[in-house]
Amino acid sequence: MNSVTIIADKDVQWKESLTTESTLVRRLLISAAFLYLTLFLFIPLVAIFTEALKHGLSGYIDSFLNEDALAAIRLTLLVAAVAVPLNAVFGVAAAWAIAKFEFVGKQALITLIDMPLAVSPVISGLIYVLLFGAQGWLGPWLAEHDIKIIFALPGILLATIFVTVPFVARELIPLMQSQGREEEEAAITLGASGWQMFVRVTLPNIKWSLLYGVILCNARAMGEFGAVSVVSGHIRGLTNTMPLHVEILYNEYNAVSAFAVASLLTLLAIVTLSAKTLIERKTASATRLKSQR
Amino acid sequence: MRIKQVASVSITVLLTGFLWWVSSIHAAEPVVILNVSYDPTRELYQEFNAAFARHWLAKTGQKATIKQSHGGSSKQARAVIDGLEADVVTLALAYDIDAISEKTSLLPGNWQTRFPHNSAPYTSTIAFLVRKGNPKNITDWSDLVKPGVSVITPNPKTSGVARWNYLAAWGYALKQSGGDDAKAKEFITQLFKNVPVLDSGARGATTTFVERGIGDVLINWENEILLGGEDLGKDRFDIVVPPISILAEPTVSLVDKVVDKRGTRTVAQAYLEYLYSEEGQEIAARHYYRPRLSSVATRHTKFPKLELFTLQEFFGDWQKANKIHFADGGTFDQVYLQLSKTPR
Repeated sequence: MNSVTIIADKDVQWKESLTTESTLVRRLLISAAFLYLTLFLFIPLVAIFTEALKHGLSGYIDSFLNEDALAAIRLTLLVAAVAVPLNAVFGVAAAWAIAKFEFVGKQALITLIDMPLAVSPVISGLIYVLLFGAQGWLGPWLAEHDIKIIFALPGILLATIFVTVPFVARELIPLMQSQGREEEEAAITLGASGWQMFVRVTLPNIKWSLLYGVILCNARAMGEFGAVSVVSGHIRGLTNTMPLHVEILYNEYNAVSAFAVASLLTLLAIVTLSAKTLIERKTASATRLKSQR
Repeated sequence: MRIKQVASVSITVLLTGFLWWVSSIHAAEPVVILNVSYDPTRELYQEFNAAFARHWLAKTGQKATIKQSHGGSSKQARAVIDGLEADVVTLALAYDIDAISEKTSLLPGNWQTRFPHNSAPYTSTIAFLVRKGNPKNITDWSDLVKPGVSVITPNPKTSGVARWNYLAAWGYALKQSGGDDAKAKEFITQLFKNVPVLDSGARGATTTFVERGIGDVLINWENEILLGGEDLGKDRFDIVVPPISILAEPTVSLVDKVVDKRGTRTVAQAYLEYLYSEEGQEIAARHYYRPRLSSVATRHTKFPKLELFTLQEFFGDWQKANKIHFADGGTFDQVYLQLSKTPR
């Protein structure tokens, strides 16, 4: 008897040592992670704000009170205001189609949606130069009809929309797939119209994921540099978005203003991340409630 | 409920932003022209544009706004070729404007004859920036090929100034050897052996040298170096002007197709002409470009005297220089191929 218990005890200890690390290893791992994050994320973040506030609060505010900076902020907001809703609607439609129906070319559609994530942003911009540039495929026709696409607002919008296509759809597809179509079918058999079903059943089911996707999409739309840089033409006060404006200021040895505008973008990122965390918590509690029911 | 609130708030915010933007567009009614320029002219044109706007308002009563776009010279030319609607281009070298006239019908082939001094209203030269106290004792081009000297110059394939740098060094070597091209190529090979990093543009190279602290000597525009020396701290750097260098002529042109389409020819023409005026030249000199007008030049004593040779003297014209030195398979490619084969 005695010997058996000893063996069992050993067995437990042996298993524990396999699944849990010793305290020392655990502490080492945790502190390594913290050190890494401090080094590569936190210190640069702090640096942005200290550089921006180097000449005090008035110097900081002055950075935003010139025409070029305001124009850049305005343009960035406008671009996000167009790109995000468009991609939100497209994302819901695409996720709906992919999750709830079987059709030929479904895999191709999923791959296409992912493409902007795989392609370098510079290429995403160059595509539009090749299409709409003066030497591009549609260039002569556009010039004839006096339509400006690249080096103007439409080009910047196109490039931004292209880069931000995947964010909402990618967020929704796995969720809608796992939810299946039973609830929708039940709604229809109970006499709901298509729209009623969408608003009362589908939308409430996906709202947190949708919002999460929209937030990610918005962050990228406002922060995009590469693709926009290629199609912008860098005209101050006209086609410079905030990230481009930051680069210009920095190249002009105007570090304080560069970091001030950068800090605005950073603030946006922080707000976005907080919103994201909040939403994640909401989603978690929502699913918990549901499973309890 | 909350979603509705969030949605209505965000829609209101977006709408207000949109209206703000739309209203601001309509506020700016008078003539607007776009000057597509290269990297180091940012400060120059910021001041010149304001001066021209005052001049134009006083002369015609019309309000003129000049929009600016800056970037690497060749990249900017490419953007104009691809459809960036510049009324005027003010680029680092004639070759880039040649490229526009070659690849498009935007401006005529004889563009360089339309303004005085080969359409170069101001000039510059190529000089050196060294660390404070000049620890490597660099005074002339011959010091750049010494072993252990680290030289920063951008990539001549992409940068306008890098081509000037290259031709200045080549011209110096030609002068020293009495016109021996093989000796000049050997000199350039030795020089590029000392170059640890090739940035793509003038500003990038300045940043590498000044902010990142790489290299013993930066070869760059005299104007960029004088500006860098002023802005970035006299206590950290010394300016070295070699006894001999190249006369760099940044050129300007109207973009005929654009000004005719937009109806801005008069104001664009006046804009470029004003660069040659007393005030325009004064502003150029203040931003460390050598003025053409002797009355202005005599007032500015900050430009060191040195022997200047022209591009024409050694290289004919930009087309020729480009073909021999910077096109695929040109001397720069040959030098780099050789350097990549021999260990440094």
